[in-house]
Amino acid sequence: MNKLKSEKIKKRLKTSSVGIAGLGGLGSNAAIALARAGIGRLVLIDFDIVEESNLTRQYYFLDQIGKPKTLALNDNIKKINPKIKIDLYNEKLEKDSMEKRFIDVDVIIEALDSAEIKTAFVEEILTKLPDKPIVAASGVAGYGHSDRITTKQLGNLYMCYDEHAPSCDDDVLMAPRVALIANWQANLVLEILLGEDK
Amino acid sequence: MSIEVNGKEVEWIKNENIKDLLKRMKYTFPLIIVKINDKIIPRPEFSNVTVPNNSKIAVIHMISGG
Repeated sequence: MNKLKSEKIKKRLKTSSVGIAGLGGLGSNAAIALARAGIGRLVLIDFDIVEESNLTRQYYFLDQIGKPKTLALNDNIKKINPKIKIDLYNEKLEKDSMEKRFIDVDVIIEALDSAEIKTAFVEEILTKLPDKPIVAASGVAGYGHSDRITTKQLGNLYMCYDEHAPSCDDDVLMAPRVALIANWQANLVLEILLGEDK
Repeated sequence: MSIEVNGKEVEWIKNENIKDLLKRMKYTFPLIIVKINDKIIPRPEFSNVTVPNNSKIAVIHMISGG
């Protein structure tokens, strides 16, 4: 292991912050990956509570059913890394002020569910915070076809993208593919924060 | 006289707006984000903004699931 490199990475990540919009299959898994990687501060937003059906793919446990996702995920992250600073917002993203909790983070992860809200969020962030990198995902439903996922970059918008994937309205959401894309997003965040791994 | 749409070279048509270009490209997804030369174009502007010659256009669509 390259000690110098790992010290440098540790230091850089400790002073970094990442905002995550939505704490479902994408957001909960991405948050755990980033917490393990050593991000110093996370800003987490969701208005939902943990339901039994979420446990097929989201990073929650049976005894957390009924709890707000923000509080449940906070507990789970703290069991891994108690030192990480977490700002929790148990609220719905409101159109025209979607950017407000993300103004001071280094990178934003879009981890919302419906295509309408995903689009509205990305549009608002790109328009109101044009200098902020945002990592979005589209095409998480189904299983298999890992090789179809690609990263698309359009300026400060980074997309984890499978343009041939079906909508979750017509297909199942399953842990392997959802977590794969969530970790793909987290991996991209590290690349944005640290620069390309050479 | 051409434009680039999602990496593909496409004929440029004078006075064509974004709405018409999306139709021509058969991009029928209802939820898409359009950038022309890296500038995001808000959806209400799709029928007002014409596509300049030699421009680079990126169209991505969002699929539900998260």
